[in-house]
Amino acid sequence: MILSFGKDRESGNIKHRKERLDRGIKARSDTIYALSSYREALYLLFPRAATIIGLLVLPLLLPEYWIKVLVITCVVALLALSWDFIALAGMFSLGQTLFFGVGAYLAGGLNHYVRLSPIFTIPLSTVGGAIFCTILILPVLRLRGIYFAMVTFVLPLLLIRIIEMTGVLGGVEGLSALSPLPNLWVSVYLIIAVFLVCLFGYRRLMDTDYGLILKGIKNNDLAVMSRGINIYLYKAQALLIGSSAAAFAGAFVTHHYRFVGLPAFSMDYTILPIACTVVGGPGTFAGATFGAFVLMPLTELLRAIGTWRVVLYSFFMVVFIILVPEGIFHYLQRKYHQIERLVKTE
Amino acid sequence: MVEGSILRVEKLHKSFGGVQAVLNVSFNLGKGELLGIIGPNGSGKSTLVNLITGFVRPDSGKVFFQGKNITNKKPYTIANLGIARTFQMAMPFQELPAFKNLIIPLCAPRVKKIRGGKYGERDDVAIDLLEEVGFERDSAVPFKAAGSLPHGYLKRLELAQCMALQADVIILDELFSGMSMAEVASTLPIVEKLKAEGKTLIMIEHRLKELFRIVNRVMVLNFGQKIAEGLPNEVMENVEVKKAYLGSEG
Amino acid sequence: MLGMLLYGLINSAVFMLMAIGFSLTFGISGVANFAYGAFYVTGAYVTWQLINSLGLSFAISIIISAIITGLFGALLYRFVLFRIRGLLLSEIIATFGIGMGMLEFYRSIGLSGHSYKLPTFMDGSLEVLGVYVDYQRVIIVGVAATLVFFLWFFSHHTKMGLAFRGIAQNEHTSLAFGIESEFTAMVSMGMGCCLASLAAVVIIPLSLIQVEEGSNVLILALAVGIVGGMESIAGVILGSLIFGYAQIAVATYFNPHYTVIVMLAAILIVLVIKPSGLFGKFKELEERV
Repeated sequence: MILSFGKDRESGNIKHRKERLDRGIKARSDTIYALSSYREALYLLFPRAATIIGLLVLPLLLPEYWIKVLVITCVVALLALSWDFIALAGMFSLGQTLFFGVGAYLAGGLNHYVRLSPIFTIPLSTVGGAIFCTILILPVLRLRGIYFAMVTFVLPLLLIRIIEMTGVLGGVEGLSALSPLPNLWVSVYLIIAVFLVCLFGYRRLMDTDYGLILKGIKNNDLAVMSRGINIYLYKAQALLIGSSAAAFAGAFVTHHYRFVGLPAFSMDYTILPIACTVVGGPGTFAGATFGAFVLMPLTELLRAIGTWRVVLYSFFMVVFIILVPEGIFHYLQRKYHQIERLVKTE
Repeated sequence: MVEGSILRVEKLHKSFGGVQAVLNVSFNLGKGELLGIIGPNGSGKSTLVNLITGFVRPDSGKVFFQGKNITNKKPYTIANLGIARTFQMAMPFQELPAFKNLIIPLCAPRVKKIRGGKYGERDDVAIDLLEEVGFERDSAVPFKAAGSLPHGYLKRLELAQCMALQADVIILDELFSGMSMAEVASTLPIVEKLKAEGKTLIMIEHRLKELFRIVNRVMVLNFGQKIAEGLPNEVMENVEVKKAYLGSEG
Repeated sequence: MLGMLLYGLINSAVFMLMAIGFSLTFGISGVANFAYGAFYVTGAYVTWQLINSLGLSFAISIIISAIITGLFGALLYRFVLFRIRGLLLSEIIATFGIGMGMLEFYRSIGLSGHSYKLPTFMDGSLEVLGVYVDYQRVIIVGVAATLVFFLWFFSHHTKMGLAFRGIAQNEHTSLAFGIESEFTAMVSMGMGCCLASLAAVVIIPLSLIQVEEGSNVLILALAVGIVGGMESIAGVILGSLIFGYAQIAVATYFNPHYTVIVMLAAILIVLVIKPSGLFGKFKELEERV
């Protein structure tokens, strides 16, 4: 497919125009039936393989401090994936921290009060947290998207205050001395594994007809309803699937730090994933990943600036959503798939 | 209950704020009939369709489909029971290719029950359906982004969506509007074929000449009320109908 | 008992003042101003600066600060939101990001602390029906009542107010009548922020200027709107009354710590029985077909 843009440039007497063409290799490899050379297979596989291999190998190369940064990066990336998935179904959440916090507290609670080990608390919290949050938000699914944003924004903040005021679940001090994960290697590879599963799993899901329905709901829910699809059921399912990634992240972090407290509902867990996704490019889980792996190490490097961190994120978030809504990833993708050249117009 | 009646509408009332959109409308639709609903702009035709298909809740009145009361049911429930509709403003999913637009109705529970289907098969069914409504099979048209299709194709895409749903009753809201004479001429046979297959149809139209060629009966609405019903030529002789369309003198 | 009725009223008035600005903007132009809390704090801070750094009188500072905050809000709309109007995701994230950014900015430059106080209008208290109430609180109720009356008058009897209602009810038709929806949105944003500033100036004298108040106010405005209904003044009043009295009742009969649960419970209950708010006019499907 040829996309041309008409910016005529005068150079001498000849006018030129910028033209974008799909690379030959993309055109050839667009349908998998047509793979006919290793080069094409490599072209398709490279980005995916690089991600997987890169992530699996990274912990072996980094010093311990940076492994911990990698863990947090993966946690935020997981939250970003969760946000992206829910957004693809047309729901814009301002409350990933709700899912995160619920998962965190469930894990902490189960560990502290019922003495279950992480092997049980983490899966239980993932599923239980997702179900709990979905049921909580169910009534809002019928309303306009803005109500969804409002409710997801308000709920975690209210939950913080309730825990603070009533002192349940550890109150202000939180629950500490919880069971740890066996060691750092288990932690880091667990989170990497789950992250990769979610990344490729969500992408695969969105490529199927099921994903098509979700995209349709985002695009035009009235039309989808008139074709016999119960959009509220699908929205609830999308919420369930998306929030479980975030709930897992919460449960994981609880055991990683052996602590759960009010910071589990911190606004950071809402703002960071959105900033990462918006900068990277919403809608293509790869963009969220890219954003996370760029922004998180960056803030680690800029640790000195302390609370200005959030101001910086907010700034990036706003600038990108207004000026560069497709995100950086689309730019990279275009560079990978297409070539630009100047073409004579006369 | 009238024998063979597939859709019965009883005394539907709907007002928005102070405006009476639909006032005491009742009618019966027999299986296999093609009913035309006509009337000047703003006479409540689209609101009537919205009331029947569950997009708007009536203030009072009932709708019966195959004997069952479907008033106040949700639009997707009604669609799954077997009533499909098109929208006056054709609303495709812009970036998706034309045939992908049909995948969504093919995923509805109703269709799953009838024909099953996984990922790959639906694509084929979609392309077959498009061919039935007149998209040239071997061309690039079915694969074009729906947002880039010309108006006539969009309308036929809407029709294909109803057919994808395997509905028993299809309500077409101004299918012919905006179509050229040639397009209408090529779409008429498709509608007739649907009727021949036993589907029941309701067509809201402004283009009366084409409509009258295929309808069994016609119903006229004006200011939300039914003012006439019967065979096309009878109805057009009706004084009230003439007043509604042409205005009264004096 | 009488005391409870009175305190409930005062509480409700406080909530109403906090929430009205947000609801106004949202009700008229559909813009959910997630930066509302930040504007609330901004209004207070600007007033403080005017009083303490420029030595202006309290009354003038209030007026100037309200105008500045309002202008700031309108300009925010004109230069930022205007570009992304209609794109839900962008609108939400832009206002949300700006709000968060502003609040964190204030926190980073050290805006909290005992030195940041606003003066009360009048010191002392008076006795109402056997209960002692300080003047500031009485003034709050008075301001709230005046505001309600003014807004009612404005939206029913002035040209601009009627135009606003027109836009709120049916944008397309209003456009056809020559009412500019972009200008209306800008003004509604400006008015909302202006009201935020006024509310801040009246309420904050009860305590201190704190950045956290920004988040609290936003939460409250959202909660009141969700429960009472976003788009109408009556909804805001109802929501404020419910929260105001429920809080006082819970604090008196149970434990002051449980008042937050009241908020959550109210929201959840309303979401289940009438998701668009008790006086909410939004009719889900019917409006969109």
